[in-house]
Amino acid sequence: MYSFDIERPTTLADALAALADDEAQALGGGQTLIPTLKQRLASPSKLVCLSGIEELKGISRDGDTLTIGGGTTHGTIARETAEGFPGLAGLASKIGDPAVRNRGTIGGSLANNDPSACYPAAAMACGATIVTNSREIAADDYFQGMFATALEEGEIITAVKFPVPESSAYIKFEQPASRFPLVGVFVAKYADRVGVGVTGASEEGVFRWTEAEAALGGNFAESALEGLSVSGDGMIGDLHGTGAYRAHLVGVMTRRAVAAAR
Amino acid sequence: MPKDHGIGASTKRREDVRFLTGAGNYTDDINVHGQAYVHFLRSDVAHGRITNIDTAAAAAMPGVVRIFTGADFEGVGGLPCGWQVTDKHGEVMKEPPHPVLAQGKVRHVGEPIAAVVADTLQQARDAADAIDLDIEELPAVVNMKAALEEGATKVHDDLSDNLCYDWGFVEENKGAVEEAIANAAHVTTLELVNNRLVANPMEPRVAVGDFNRATGDSTLYTTSQNPHVIRLLMGAFVLGIPEHKLRVVAPDVGGGFGTKIFHYAEEAFCTFAAKACNRAVKWTSTRSEAFMSDAHGRDHVTKIELALDADNNFTAVRTETYANMGAYLSTFAPSVPTWLHGTLMAGNYKTPNIYVNVKAVFTNTVPVDAYRGAGRPEATYQLERVIDKAARELGVDPVELRRQNFITEFPYATPVAVEYDTGDYHATMDKMLELIDRDGFAARRAESEKKGKLRGLGINCFIEACGIAPSNLVGQLGARAGLYESATVRVNATGGLVVMTGSHSHGQGHETAFPQVISEMIGIPEDQVEIVHGDTANTPMGMGTYGSRSIAVGGSAMVRAAEKIIAKTKKIAAHLLEAAEADIELKDGQFSVAGTDKSVAWGDVCLAAYVPHNYPLEDIEPGLEETAFYDPSNFTYPAGAYACEVEVDPETGVTTIEKFVSADDFGNVVNPMIVEGQVHGGIAQGIGQALLENCVYDENGQLLSASYMDYAMPRADDLPEMAAYTVDHSCQTPCTHNPLGVKGCGEAGAIGSPPTVINAILDALNSGGHKVDHIDMPASPSRVWAAINNAS
Repeated sequence: MYSFDIERPTTLADALAALADDEAQALGGGQTLIPTLKQRLASPSKLVCLSGIEELKGISRDGDTLTIGGGTTHGTIARETAEGFPGLAGLASKIGDPAVRNRGTIGGSLANNDPSACYPAAAMACGATIVTNSREIAADDYFQGMFATALEEGEIITAVKFPVPESSAYIKFEQPASRFPLVGVFVAKYADRVGVGVTGASEEGVFRWTEAEAALGGNFAESALEGLSVSGDGMIGDLHGTGAYRAHLVGVMTRRAVAAAR
Repeated sequence: MPKDHGIGASTKRREDVRFLTGAGNYTDDINVHGQAYVHFLRSDVAHGRITNIDTAAAAAMPGVVRIFTGADFEGVGGLPCGWQVTDKHGEVMKEPPHPVLAQGKVRHVGEPIAAVVADTLQQARDAADAIDLDIEELPAVVNMKAALEEGATKVHDDLSDNLCYDWGFVEENKGAVEEAIANAAHVTTLELVNNRLVANPMEPRVAVGDFNRATGDSTLYTTSQNPHVIRLLMGAFVLGIPEHKLRVVAPDVGGGFGTKIFHYAEEAFCTFAAKACNRAVKWTSTRSEAFMSDAHGRDHVTKIELALDADNNFTAVRTETYANMGAYLSTFAPSVPTWLHGTLMAGNYKTPNIYVNVKAVFTNTVPVDAYRGAGRPEATYQLERVIDKAARELGVDPVELRRQNFITEFPYATPVAVEYDTGDYHATMDKMLELIDRDGFAARRAESEKKGKLRGLGINCFIEACGIAPSNLVGQLGARAGLYESATVRVNATGGLVVMTGSHSHGQGHETAFPQVISEMIGIPEDQVEIVHGDTANTPMGMGTYGSRSIAVGGSAMVRAAEKIIAKTKKIAAHLLEAAEADIELKDGQFSVAGTDKSVAWGDVCLAAYVPHNYPLEDIEPGLEETAFYDPSNFTYPAGAYACEVEVDPETGVTTIEKFVSADDFGNVVNPMIVEGQVHGGIAQGIGQALLENCVYDENGQLLSASYMDYAMPRADDLPEMAAYTVDHSCQTPCTHNPLGVKGCGEAGAIGSPPTVINAILDALNSGGHKVDHIDMPASPSRVWAAINNAS
């Protein structure tokens, strides 16, 4: 780690003011940024810690919309959405280990947009809205490739709004070493549509498998997916699996998610 | 009723109290007043020429004590190799210099180039960033076969090529083997890779060098399995410090698995720099550094042929192996693919003709050396895989094929230079088959198939040569060290005693098991016995712990020393009891005169030795302290039969281990609980190699699996529930040549399990109609899926 200054604002306004400094970087739960700093792969001169800002935390439901504060931890989401949105609770409950889940936040994950992060699959499948201090961004517009998002410098994710599906599930195939998803698929069924979000697989980052969405929209059953497959072109190939293997797993995980949806 | 103390009792591990309550004293817990910290600037390229290194600006940075480069070590020795292999032409192996800090060239990613000593670690790192370094990158050689091609880039410019040695064993057998293969009814051939591994002990390596300018004494605290070996190698060959001016301390060590046997550059550096700076110097490896500086394990590429006659008797085995040495020869690297591997190619079988060829190759990778099992897992893996393949090709039962070829008469001299003293391979096979419930397998397979899974049963037999080793034999084989062990037994005046052993415990449980032996011999409680190890200042010259040798060799030395103590105490008791020495019996801590009610307690005899008022001073000296050195007359030969049941998900290629059974013959067992724990741990490592672990370099010599993000260590949920393990050691044919009849158990699990798992996976795939002959380790989901899809 290199030395840095840290600010611990307690209001969003103070955080935004602190982030106006060009050299400043927001620190959410720190589950990606802190290891990066420890390896001296980044050297911000100032960190603005968001974890003391109460207005960024908490979960509320208004009709069929669930609003989750950007500073809400995976652990909190796993506990508090277990009843109303079990697909999301299941996703949150299997990120990392308890230490990670008690520090890491949904806002931090979405802002980082790791190609193997779990939440982006849910946000895409559900058509979530990313709420920042200045605007609201539809998930389809928000994710812009590996580690790339629509966020501007100094912009903070204050909340994420999920339309609550009738049923949903997230199934991930874990990379054996990191336990990040090699492929993760979130399936969300609504009255009028089905969403399928895929993470971990594509060189372009999270994506919606629209052919599967269309098929499942007509018939929400595993059998609807017969004969459907995604191409291995453009899929990530590495030590842990070829692009063809990942493409195959997209199909398997989608079927398993449909079977598990509740 | 199980025993509650002494040999055979499952005494709880006394050392675990301090380990589990955070009271262990590891090397990183040791801080010397005023110590400075060192950060190593390491090569980020696999092969290159250092064209410029300027430390002036860095040396002026805050807190910097001194910056060292290769120039500071020009007059200093290199890291020595402890074993010299002679090749099939009678030539000695190539042995290039292995500098402490790079001299002109770098040869692997992670090689230390410069070392910054500073007041704090942060300051050392900051200054290292400021070193002006230019490296002209050269092409790297990574693939062993490519490294041996004509015109390949040379790792060492001064050598004629990258071939360290070309070893034939036994060269005189070669013709007979060729003839047997030519005349065979059937020959099964298999080409396979024994995957490269990173040992990953929980505690990374640490070194603290200290120098006392008043006495001129140097001290090194280090994470070592063998502090005396480090003292000898570093003192005599690297730094030129006589042993009486050098102390090496290896305190609590958090796992070694072989990789902490070797003498490393960082140890020599810290000792050297402490004197040069007149200040203690500390280095603690980061996990990232461990991946690119701890010696790696395995990394063999092998072709094996098994010849059988028309009755399925094995008639010959021939192997050709490429063994990766990495960029430099680590301490025992040359011995692993040769004397720890070729000598085991008979396995449990009476194959009459065996020829082993090993080509050791230099590449631009981290040095490779012994890792739990060291050569014996590589031997077992290829042999047990090719036997299973032969059984499939011939359509015979793999159990029966093994049984009909078992060695059944002992002692048995193999065609590969070793003589097995004892064993009963049918007994361990019978026990394994009973425990795995082979008869019930078909029903379990049917259940799995209902769930869409493929179920396989894999078996494996193995033998290992442990209790390393007879010094005169290993000397003939190229060892530059003796491999005896030592113990001093010091009895205190009130009857408690201390055993100072040359063995080193880094998780094995010596502090518990060794006292059980003394308790059995003398009849005093185990808690009256303390074990001291790991410090050259207060233990006799010992060779340390590896090769499952502690109880077999170190324990035997302790027995010999205790026998001397008992002999002397009997003399004292005879004097006190006014009886003939021959009539004195020692039982339950009491000396008595046979046929009388006269007795004297152990403690009173010990007191008499130190308060010799009524004492036969004319015949014996006062005091009670004896030392013994024990050099075994043979290796020990633990053997066993393992079985594993796996389920394979054909949709994803995921393998899960449903059941695992081991039937081991360790001879006599001192502490069954500790033995079972050793086997459990070994099996976990073997499953790790079979399913998960893989150290991978790209073609430029960059380490791709350089952290736990990409190097998959086995975790609890990768292993079966404890209820699905059965670890048995009830088949016991005691070793015939050591006083305890023990064979050693530390490596068995890691040797026996990888082929068991792979054989099970292949059985599963073939049961599903997928004609798969071979899958390389680790059998990761993607590889299994690819094998299924390429076969269908």
